[in-house]
Amino acid sequence: MLKFTDDHEWLKIENGVATVGITAHATEQLGDLVFVELPEAGAEFEMGDTAATLESVKAATDVYAPLAGEIVESNAAIVDDPAIVNADPMGKGWFFKLKLADPSAADALMDEDAYKALVG
Amino acid sequence: MSDTEILKTPLHALHLELGARMTPFAGYDMPVQYPPGILKEHLHTRAHAGLFDVSHMGQVVLRPKSGDLADAALALERLVPVDILGLAEGRQRYALFTNEAGGILDDLMVANRGDHLFVVVNAACKDADEAHLRAQLSDACEIERLDGRALLALQGPEAAAVLAAMAPESAEMRFMDVRALTLAGAACIVSRSGYSGEDGFEISVPDDAAVALARALLAHEAVEPIGLGARDSLRLEAGLCLYGSDLDPTTSPVEASLLWAMQKARRAGGVRAGGFPGAVRILDELANGASRRRVGLLPEGRAPVRGGAPIFAGEDDAEPIGTVTSGAFGPSLGGPMAMGYVPGDLAATGTRLFAEVRGKKLPVTVAAMPFVKSNYKRA
Repeated sequence: MLKFTDDHEWLKIENGVATVGITAHATEQLGDLVFVELPEAGAEFEMGDTAATLESVKAATDVYAPLAGEIVESNAAIVDDPAIVNADPMGKGWFFKLKLADPSAADALMDEDAYKALVG
Repeated sequence: MSDTEILKTPLHALHLELGARMTPFAGYDMPVQYPPGILKEHLHTRAHAGLFDVSHMGQVVLRPKSGDLADAALALERLVPVDILGLAEGRQRYALFTNEAGGILDDLMVANRGDHLFVVVNAACKDADEAHLRAQLSDACEIERLDGRALLALQGPEAAAVLAAMAPESAEMRFMDVRALTLAGAACIVSRSGYSGEDGFEISVPDDAAVALARALLAHEAVEPIGLGARDSLRLEAGLCLYGSDLDPTTSPVEASLLWAMQKARRAGGVRAGGFPGAVRILDELANGASRRRVGLLPEGRAPVRGGAPIFAGEDDAEPIGTVTSGAFGPSLGGPMAMGYVPGDLAATGTRLFAEVRGKKLPVTVAAMPFVKSNYKRA
Protein backbone atom coordinates (compact mmCIF):
# COMPACT_ATOMS: atom_id res chain seq x y z
CA MET A 1 0.00 0.00 0.00
CA LEU A 2 1.46 3.35 -1.08
CA LYS A 3 0.40 6.51 0.80
CA PHE A 4 1.44 10.18 0.75
CA THR A 5 1.37 13.15 3.12
CA ASP A 6 0.87 16.89 2.64
CA ASP A 7 4.56 17.26 3.53
CA HIS A 8 5.56 15.34 0.38
CA GLU A 9 6.55 12.15 2.11
CA TRP A 10 5.66 8.70 0.81
CA LEU A 11 4.97 5.55 2.81
CA LYS A 12 5.13 2.03 1.45
CA ILE A 13 3.30 -0.07 4.04
CA GLU A 14 3.85 -3.82 4.36
CA ASN A 15 2.83 -5.89 7.40
CA GLY A 16 2.42 -2.84 9.61
CA VAL A 17 5.87 -1.40 8.77
CA ALA A 18 6.07 1.78 6.67
CA THR A 19 9.15 2.50 4.56
CA VAL A 20 9.26 6.30 4.44
CA GLY A 21 10.90 8.69 2.01
CA ILE A 22 10.30 12.01 0.25
CA THR A 23 8.73 12.38 -3.16
CA ALA A 24 10.39 13.43 -6.40
CA HIS A 25 8.42 16.67 -6.14
CA ALA A 26 10.04 17.33 -2.74
CA THR A 27 13.56 16.65 -4.01
CA GLU A 28 12.98 19.03 -6.93
CA GLN A 29 11.96 21.74 -4.49
CA LEU A 30 14.86 21.10 -2.11
CA GLY A 31 17.59 20.79 -4.70
CA ASP A 32 20.80 18.84 -4.21
CA LEU A 33 20.98 17.27 -0.76
CA VAL A 34 24.35 17.38 0.99
CA PHE A 35 23.53 16.07 4.46
CA VAL A 36 21.00 13.68 5.96
CA GLU A 37 20.50 12.99 9.66
CA LEU A 38 18.35 9.94 10.41
CA PRO A 39 16.80 8.57 13.59
CA GLU A 40 18.28 5.50 15.26
CA ALA A 41 16.51 2.17 15.46
CA GLY A 42 14.31 2.08 18.53
CA ALA A 43 13.43 5.78 18.44
CA GLU A 44 9.70 6.37 18.94
CA PHE A 45 7.73 9.20 17.36
CA GLU A 46 4.27 10.66 17.47
CA MET A 47 2.77 11.75 14.17
CA GLY A 48 4.30 15.09 13.14
CA ASP A 49 7.44 14.82 15.29
CA THR A 50 10.69 15.73 13.56
CA ALA A 51 12.21 12.36 12.68
CA ALA A 52 15.02 13.33 10.29
CA THR A 53 16.80 16.44 9.03
CA LEU A 54 17.90 17.18 5.48
CA GLU A 55 20.26 19.87 4.31
CA SER A 56 20.48 21.04 0.73
CA VAL A 57 23.29 23.33 -0.42
CA LYS A 58 21.08 26.21 0.60
CA ALA A 59 18.97 25.29 3.63
CA ALA A 60 17.87 22.77 6.26
CA THR A 61 14.51 20.97 6.18
CA ASP A 62 12.83 18.69 8.70
CA VAL A 63 11.27 15.35 7.83
CA TYR A 64 8.29 14.52 10.03
CA ALA A 65 7.10 11.17 11.27
CA PRO A 66 4.08 10.65 8.97
CA LEU A 67 2.39 8.46 11.57
CA ALA A 68 3.12 7.37 15.14
CA GLY A 69 5.52 4.45 15.49
CA GLU A 70 8.96 3.08 16.25
CA ILE A 71 11.99 3.15 13.95
CA VAL A 72 13.14 -0.34 13.03
CA GLU A 73 15.79 0.60 10.45
CA SER A 74 17.43 3.70 8.89
CA ASN A 75 19.04 3.90 5.45
CA ALA A 76 22.76 4.34 6.16
CA ALA A 77 23.51 4.57 2.43
CA ILE A 78 21.90 8.02 2.11
CA VAL A 79 23.86 9.31 5.11
CA ASP A 80 27.08 8.38 3.28
CA ASP A 81 25.82 9.72 -0.05
CA PRO A 82 22.83 12.10 0.18
CA ALA A 83 22.78 12.42 -3.63
CA ILE A 84 21.04 9.00 -3.71
CA VAL A 85 17.90 10.76 -2.48
CA ASN A 86 17.93 13.15 -5.45
CA ALA A 87 18.68 10.33 -7.89
CA ASP A 88 16.09 7.82 -6.67
CA PRO A 89 13.75 9.39 -4.10
CA MET A 90 11.06 6.68 -4.30
CA GLY A 91 13.51 3.76 -4.31
CA LYS A 92 17.10 3.61 -3.01
CA GLY A 93 16.63 7.03 -1.41
CA TRP A 94 14.27 5.80 1.35
CA PHE A 95 14.85 7.27 4.83
CA PHE A 96 13.64 4.89 7.51
CA LYS A 97 11.29 2.03 8.32
CA LEU A 98 8.64 2.83 10.88
CA LYS A 99 6.70 0.10 12.76
CA LEU A 100 3.30 1.74 12.94
CA ALA A 101 1.62 2.08 16.32
CA ASP A 102 -1.75 1.92 14.57
CA PRO A 103 -1.60 0.63 10.97
CA SER A 104 -5.22 1.64 10.38
CA ALA A 105 -4.22 5.31 10.84
CA ALA A 106 -2.67 5.10 7.36
CA ASP A 107 -6.15 4.98 5.86
CA ALA A 108 -6.43 8.74 6.47
CA LEU A 109 -3.41 9.52 4.25
CA MET A 110 -3.59 10.30 0.54
CA ASP A 111 -3.36 7.64 -2.11
CA GLU A 112 -1.22 8.16 -5.21
CA ASP A 113 -4.00 9.73 -7.29
CA ALA A 114 -4.84 12.24 -4.56
CA TYR A 115 -1.17 13.16 -4.16
CA LYS A 116 -0.72 13.61 -7.92
CA ALA A 117 -3.71 15.93 -7.89
CA LEU A 118 -2.11 17.90 -5.03
CA VAL A 119 1.21 18.53 -6.79
CA GLY A 120 -0.35 18.96 -10.20
CA MET B 1 9.43 52.63 -6.06
CA SER B 2 6.70 51.46 -3.71
CA ASP B 3 7.58 49.14 -0.85
CA THR B 4 5.79 46.23 -2.46
CA GLU B 5 6.89 46.60 -6.06
CA ILE B 6 9.46 43.98 -7.05
CA LEU B 7 12.12 45.19 -9.47
CA LYS B 8 13.35 43.28 -12.50
CA THR B 9 16.74 43.38 -14.16
CA PRO B 10 16.98 43.67 -17.97
CA LEU B 11 17.70 39.90 -18.05
CA HIS B 12 14.53 38.92 -16.17
CA ALA B 13 12.73 37.43 -19.19
CA LEU B 14 15.90 35.56 -20.17
CA HIS B 15 16.12 34.00 -16.71
CA LEU B 16 12.55 32.73 -17.06
CA GLU B 17 13.28 31.42 -20.55
CA LEU B 18 16.30 29.55 -19.14
CA GLY B 19 14.08 27.89 -16.52
CA ALA B 20 15.36 29.77 -13.49
CA ARG B 21 13.71 29.49 -10.11
CA MET B 22 13.28 33.11 -9.04
CA THR B 23 13.46 34.59 -5.56
CA PRO B 24 13.18 38.11 -4.16
CA PHE B 25 16.63 39.50 -3.27
CA ALA B 26 17.32 43.10 -2.25
CA GLY B 27 14.06 44.18 -3.85
CA TYR B 28 14.69 42.38 -7.16
CA ASP B 29 13.23 39.19 -8.56
CA MET B 30 16.47 37.25 -9.08
CA PRO B 31 17.42 33.74 -10.27
CA VAL B 32 18.46 31.58 -7.31
CA GLN B 33 19.16 28.58 -9.54
CA TYR B 34 18.61 27.17 -13.02
CA PRO B 35 17.50 23.60 -13.85
CA PRO B 36 20.93 21.96 -13.19
CA GLY B 37 20.82 23.16 -9.57
CA ILE B 38 23.22 24.92 -7.22
CA LEU B 39 25.70 22.04 -6.88
CA LYS B 40 26.25 21.57 -10.63
CA GLU B 41 26.23 25.33 -11.29
CA HIS B 42 28.92 25.83 -8.65
CA LEU B 43 31.13 23.04 -10.01
CA HIS B 44 30.60 24.23 -13.60
CA THR B 45 31.86 27.71 -12.67
CA ARG B 46 35.02 26.27 -11.09
CA ALA B 47 35.63 23.97 -14.09
CA HIS B 48 34.53 26.14 -17.05
CA ALA B 49 32.70 29.47 -16.90
CA GLY B 50 29.52 30.81 -15.34
CA LEU B 51 27.44 33.85 -16.28
CA PHE B 52 25.84 35.73 -13.37
CA ASP B 53 23.31 38.55 -13.51
CA VAL B 54 24.36 41.06 -10.87
CA SER B 55 22.43 43.97 -12.37
CA HIS B 56 20.75 44.59 -9.02
CA MET B 57 24.02 46.07 -7.76
CA GLY B 58 24.46 49.83 -7.82
CA GLN B 59 26.75 51.56 -10.31
CA VAL B 60 27.77 55.13 -9.51
CA VAL B 61 30.05 57.60 -11.26
CA LEU B 62 31.91 60.30 -9.31
CA ARG B 63 33.20 63.18 -11.46
CA PRO B 64 35.49 65.82 -9.96
CA LYS B 65 33.94 69.29 -10.26
CA SER B 66 37.45 70.69 -10.66
CA GLY B 67 38.22 68.38 -13.56
CA ASP B 68 41.14 66.95 -11.59
CA LEU B 69 40.54 63.30 -10.64
CA ALA B 70 42.74 63.68 -7.56
CA ASP B 71 40.04 65.92 -6.08
CA ALA B 72 37.42 63.17 -6.47
CA ALA B 73 39.85 60.60 -5.06
CA LEU B 74 40.63 62.75 -2.02
CA ALA B 75 36.90 63.42 -1.52
CA LEU B 76 36.07 59.69 -1.58
CA GLU B 77 38.91 59.06 0.88
CA ARG B 78 36.83 61.03 3.43
CA LEU B 79 34.41 58.06 3.46
CA VAL B 80 36.72 55.01 3.18
CA PRO B 81 39.87 53.84 5.05
CA VAL B 82 41.37 53.08 1.65
CA ASP B 83 44.05 54.66 -0.57
CA ILE B 84 42.04 56.01 -3.52
CA LEU B 85 44.53 58.70 -4.56
CA GLY B 86 47.12 55.99 -5.15
CA LEU B 87 44.80 53.99 -7.39
CA ALA B 88 46.27 54.15 -10.90
CA GLU B 89 44.19 54.85 -14.00
CA GLY B 90 42.63 51.64 -15.28
CA ARG B 91 42.83 49.92 -11.88
CA GLN B 92 40.15 48.88 -9.40
CA ARG B 93 40.29 48.36 -5.65
CA TYR B 94 38.05 46.95 -2.88
CA ALA B 95 36.85 49.55 -0.36
CA LEU B 96 34.55 50.02 2.64
CA PHE B 97 32.25 52.86 3.64
CA THR B 98 32.68 53.24 7.40
CA ASN B 99 30.50 55.06 9.94
CA GLU B 100 31.46 57.27 12.89
CA ALA B 101 31.44 54.22 15.18
CA GLY B 102 34.00 52.50 12.93
CA GLY B 103 31.45 50.03 11.59
CA ILE B 104 30.94 49.14 7.94
CA LEU B 105 28.08 50.77 5.98
CA ASP B 106 28.81 48.83 2.78
CA ASP B 107 31.63 47.23 0.85
CA LEU B 108 32.28 48.37 -2.69
CA MET B 109 34.60 48.39 -5.68
CA VAL B 110 36.21 51.62 -6.85
CA ALA B 111 37.80 52.01 -10.29
CA ASN B 112 39.92 54.85 -11.64
CA ARG B 113 38.52 55.56 -15.12
CA GLY B 114 40.84 58.49 -15.90
CA ASP B 115 38.43 61.41 -15.69
CA HIS B 116 36.05 59.84 -13.14
CA LEU B 117 35.75 57.19 -10.46
CA PHE B 118 33.43 54.25 -11.14
CA VAL B 119 31.94 52.69 -8.02
CA VAL B 120 29.96 49.44 -7.66
CA VAL B 121 27.97 48.95 -4.43
CA ASN B 122 25.64 46.33 -2.99
CA ALA B 123 22.03 46.25 -4.13
CA ALA B 124 20.52 46.45 -0.66
CA CYS B 125 22.65 49.49 0.21
CA LYS B 126 22.62 51.42 -3.05
CA ASP B 127 20.01 54.02 -2.13
CA ALA B 128 21.66 54.71 1.22
CA ASP B 129 25.10 54.78 -0.40
CA GLU B 130 23.95 57.27 -3.02
CA ALA B 131 22.46 59.51 -0.33
CA HIS B 132 25.69 59.21 1.68
CA LEU B 133 27.80 60.18 -1.35
CA ARG B 134 25.53 63.12 -2.18
CA ALA B 135 25.53 64.36 1.41
CA GLN B 136 29.27 64.06 1.89
CA LEU B 137 30.89 64.62 -1.53
CA SER B 138 28.67 67.05 -3.43
CA ASP B 139 31.16 69.86 -2.75
CA ALA B 140 33.81 68.09 -4.82
CA CYS B 141 31.98 65.66 -7.11
CA GLU B 142 29.12 65.33 -9.55
CA ILE B 143 27.40 62.11 -8.51
CA GLU B 144 25.57 60.10 -11.13
CA ARG B 145 23.86 56.78 -10.54
CA LEU B 146 23.93 54.61 -13.67
CA ASP B 147 20.46 53.08 -13.46
CA GLY B 148 20.41 52.37 -17.19
CA ARG B 149 23.18 49.78 -17.06
CA ALA B 150 23.10 46.08 -16.33
CA LEU B 151 26.01 44.22 -14.70
CA LEU B 152 27.07 40.74 -15.78
CA ALA B 153 29.79 38.62 -14.18
CA LEU B 154 31.60 36.00 -16.24
CA GLN B 155 33.58 33.79 -13.86
CA GLY B 156 35.69 30.67 -14.16
CA PRO B 157 38.89 29.33 -15.70
CA GLU B 158 37.47 29.55 -19.25
CA ALA B 159 36.12 33.11 -18.83
CA ALA B 160 39.26 34.66 -20.30
CA ALA B 161 39.13 32.55 -23.47
CA VAL B 162 35.42 33.27 -23.91
CA LEU B 163 35.88 37.03 -23.58
CA ALA B 164 39.03 37.05 -25.73
CA ALA B 165 36.98 35.52 -28.56
CA MET B 166 34.74 38.62 -28.42
CA ALA B 167 37.39 41.23 -27.56
CA PRO B 168 41.00 40.02 -28.05
CA GLU B 169 42.41 42.99 -26.08
CA SER B 170 40.72 41.65 -22.91
CA ALA B 171 43.52 39.03 -22.76
CA GLU B 172 45.97 41.78 -21.78
CA MET B 173 44.01 42.62 -18.63
CA ARG B 174 45.17 41.32 -15.27
CA PHE B 175 43.31 41.00 -11.96
CA MET B 176 41.62 44.32 -11.02
CA ASP B 177 42.33 46.02 -14.37
CA VAL B 178 39.41 48.05 -15.76
CA ARG B 179 38.90 49.19 -19.32
CA ALA B 180 36.29 50.09 -21.90
CA LEU B 181 35.60 47.26 -24.35
CA THR B 182 33.09 46.82 -27.15
CA LEU B 183 31.30 43.50 -26.61
CA ALA B 184 28.60 42.28 -29.01
CA GLY B 185 28.49 45.81 -30.41
CA ALA B 186 27.86 47.44 -27.03
CA ALA B 187 30.10 49.92 -25.21
CA CYS B 188 30.98 48.15 -21.96
CA ILE B 189 33.09 48.87 -18.89
CA VAL B 190 34.91 45.66 -18.01
CA SER B 191 36.92 44.81 -14.91
CA ARG B 192 38.94 41.64 -14.45
CA SER B 193 37.39 40.76 -11.13
CA GLY B 194 34.46 39.03 -9.54
CA TYR B 195 33.29 37.35 -6.38
CA SER B 196 33.79 33.65 -6.99
CA GLY B 197 37.51 33.21 -6.29
CA GLU B 198 37.99 32.44 -9.98
CA ASP B 199 39.52 34.45 -12.77
CA GLY B 200 36.82 36.38 -14.57
CA PHE B 201 35.23 39.66 -15.51
CA GLU B 202 32.46 41.99 -14.41
CA ILE B 203 30.83 43.74 -17.34
CA SER B 204 28.78 46.93 -17.11
CA VAL B 205 26.59 47.04 -20.23
CA PRO B 206 23.75 49.37 -21.30
CA ASP B 207 20.34 47.89 -20.42
CA ASP B 208 19.23 47.68 -24.04
CA ALA B 209 22.28 45.62 -25.02
CA ALA B 210 22.36 43.34 -21.97
CA VAL B 211 20.25 40.48 -23.30
CA ALA B 212 22.15 40.31 -26.60
CA LEU B 213 25.47 40.24 -24.72
CA ALA B 214 24.23 37.58 -22.29
CA ARG B 215 23.04 35.45 -25.20
CA ALA B 216 26.36 35.89 -27.01
CA LEU B 217 28.25 34.76 -23.90
CA LEU B 218 25.88 31.84 -23.27
CA ALA B 219 26.38 30.73 -26.89
CA HIS B 220 29.87 29.56 -25.90
CA GLU B 221 29.93 25.90 -24.96
CA ALA B 222 31.91 26.70 -21.79
CA VAL B 223 29.34 29.15 -20.41
CA GLU B 224 26.26 28.27 -18.35
CA PRO B 225 23.94 30.65 -16.45
CA ILE B 226 24.55 30.57 -12.69
CA GLY B 227 22.13 31.70 -9.97
CA LEU B 228 22.52 33.45 -6.65
CA GLY B 229 22.64 30.12 -4.80
CA ALA B 230 25.93 29.10 -6.38
CA ARG B 231 27.18 32.69 -6.23
CA ASP B 232 26.89 32.40 -2.45
CA SER B 233 28.66 29.04 -2.12
CA LEU B 234 31.41 30.21 -4.50
CA ARG B 235 32.08 33.42 -2.56
CA LEU B 236 32.09 31.57 0.75
CA GLU B 237 34.61 29.01 -0.51
CA ALA B 238 36.68 32.01 -1.63
CA GLY B 239 36.49 33.45 1.92
CA LEU B 240 34.73 36.61 0.70
CA CYS B 241 32.28 38.54 2.87
CA LEU B 242 28.59 39.03 2.16
CA TYR B 243 27.45 42.44 3.33
CA GLY B 244 24.50 42.13 5.70
CA SER B 245 25.65 38.69 6.87
CA ASP B 246 29.39 38.91 7.54
CA LEU B 247 29.67 42.71 7.62
CA ASP B 248 27.31 45.26 9.16
CA PRO B 249 27.28 48.75 10.73
CA THR B 250 28.57 47.38 14.05
CA THR B 251 31.49 45.44 12.55
CA SER B 252 34.80 47.22 12.06
CA PRO B 253 37.18 46.44 9.19
CA VAL B 254 39.75 45.12 11.70
CA GLU B 255 37.18 42.83 13.32
CA ALA B 256 36.20 41.69 9.83
CA SER B 257 39.85 40.72 9.10
CA LEU B 258 39.90 43.14 6.16
CA LEU B 259 43.28 44.65 7.08
CA TRP B 260 44.49 44.03 3.52
CA ALA B 261 41.88 46.52 2.28
CA MET B 262 43.41 49.38 4.32
CA GLN B 263 46.62 50.55 2.69
CA LYS B 264 49.60 52.08 4.49
CA ALA B 265 48.78 55.63 3.33
CA ARG B 266 45.64 55.71 5.51
CA ARG B 267 47.10 54.03 8.60
CA ALA B 268 48.92 55.67 11.51
CA GLY B 269 52.15 57.15 10.18
CA GLY B 270 50.85 57.08 6.58
CA VAL B 271 50.86 60.15 4.31
CA ARG B 272 47.08 60.54 4.66
CA ALA B 273 46.52 58.73 7.96
CA GLY B 274 42.97 58.75 9.31
CA GLY B 275 40.46 61.25 7.99
CA PHE B 276 37.69 58.68 7.45
CA PRO B 277 34.61 58.01 9.63
CA GLY B 278 35.44 55.94 12.69
CA ALA B 279 39.19 56.50 12.31
CA VAL B 280 39.75 56.67 16.08
CA ARG B 281 38.42 53.16 16.63
CA ILE B 282 39.84 51.66 13.45
CA LEU B 283 43.37 53.05 13.93
CA ASP B 284 43.30 51.91 17.55
CA GLU B 285 42.28 48.40 16.50
CA LEU B 286 44.99 48.36 13.82
CA ALA B 287 47.54 49.14 16.53
CA ASN B 288 46.16 47.09 19.43
CA GLY B 289 43.94 44.44 17.85
CA ALA B 290 40.18 44.05 17.95
CA SER B 291 38.23 42.24 20.65
CA ARG B 292 36.73 39.87 18.07
CA ARG B 293 37.79 38.65 14.66
CA ARG B 294 36.17 37.12 11.60
CA VAL B 295 37.59 33.65 11.07
CA GLY B 296 37.00 30.67 8.83
CA LEU B 297 35.45 27.62 10.49
CA LEU B 298 35.56 24.03 9.28
CA PRO B 299 32.94 21.74 10.89
CA GLU B 300 34.33 18.28 11.55
CA GLY B 301 31.35 16.26 10.37
CA ARG B 302 29.20 16.60 7.27
CA ALA B 303 26.46 18.72 8.86
CA PRO B 304 26.44 22.28 7.50
CA VAL B 305 26.64 24.99 10.16
CA ARG B 306 24.55 27.98 9.02
CA GLY B 307 24.61 31.69 9.72
CA GLY B 308 23.21 32.53 13.16
CA ALA B 309 24.57 29.42 14.90
CA PRO B 310 26.11 30.34 18.28
CA ILE B 311 29.78 29.43 18.85
CA PHE B 312 31.06 28.04 22.17
CA ALA B 313 34.60 27.66 23.50
CA GLY B 314 33.78 24.40 25.28
CA GLU B 315 31.34 21.61 24.55
CA ASP B 316 29.60 22.03 27.92
CA ASP B 317 29.64 25.83 28.01
CA ALA B 318 26.32 27.62 28.41
CA GLU B 319 27.45 31.07 27.22
CA PRO B 320 28.32 31.52 23.53
CA ILE B 321 31.56 33.36 22.69
CA GLY B 322 30.66 34.16 19.09
CA THR B 323 28.31 33.67 16.16
CA VAL B 324 28.48 32.08 12.74
CA THR B 325 27.67 34.70 10.08
CA SER B 326 27.73 32.55 6.93
CA GLY B 327 27.76 28.81 6.53
CA ALA B 328 27.06 26.33 3.77
CA PHE B 329 28.17 23.13 2.12
CA GLY B 330 31.11 23.81 -0.19
CA PRO B 331 30.63 21.80 -3.38
CA SER B 332 34.30 22.14 -4.41
CA LEU B 333 35.51 21.74 -0.84
CA GLY B 334 33.38 18.61 -0.53
CA GLY B 335 32.19 19.48 2.96
CA PRO B 336 30.70 22.14 5.15
CA MET B 337 32.37 25.51 5.75
CA ALA B 338 31.50 28.64 7.65
CA MET B 339 32.76 32.00 8.81
CA GLY B 340 31.97 33.81 11.98
CA TYR B 341 33.20 36.11 14.75
CA VAL B 342 35.15 34.88 17.79
CA PRO B 343 37.23 36.62 20.50
CA GLY B 344 40.75 37.57 19.40
CA ASP B 345 42.36 35.02 21.74
CA LEU B 346 40.37 32.18 20.13
CA ALA B 347 41.00 33.27 16.53
CA ALA B 348 44.23 31.34 15.87
CA THR B 349 44.10 28.79 13.06
CA GLY B 350 43.62 25.32 14.50
CA THR B 351 41.62 26.44 17.55
CA ARG B 352 38.88 23.91 18.27
CA LEU B 353 35.47 25.42 19.05
CA PHE B 354 31.84 24.26 18.98
CA ALA B 355 28.88 25.52 16.96
CA GLU B 356 25.35 24.70 18.05
CA VAL B 357 23.13 23.15 15.40
CA ARG B 358 19.66 21.87 16.31
CA GLY B 359 20.61 21.76 19.99
CA LYS B 360 23.85 19.82 19.44
CA LYS B 361 27.30 21.31 19.84
CA LEU B 362 29.30 20.27 16.79
CA PRO B 363 33.10 20.60 16.78
CA VAL B 364 34.50 23.20 14.38
CA THR B 365 38.12 24.24 13.79
CA VAL B 366 39.31 27.76 13.04
CA ALA B 367 40.74 27.56 9.52
CA ALA B 368 42.56 29.79 7.07
CA MET B 369 40.57 31.22 4.18
CA PRO B 370 40.02 30.90 1.28
CA PHE B 371 38.68 27.38 1.76
CA VAL B 372 39.30 26.69 -1.93
CA LYS B 373 42.42 28.11 -3.60
CA SER B 374 41.68 31.28 -5.54
CA ASN B 375 42.55 31.45 -9.20
CA TYR B 376 42.98 35.15 -9.98
CA LYS B 377 44.95 36.39 -13.01
CA ARG B 378 47.60 38.31 -11.05
CA ALA B 379 50.60 38.00 -13.36
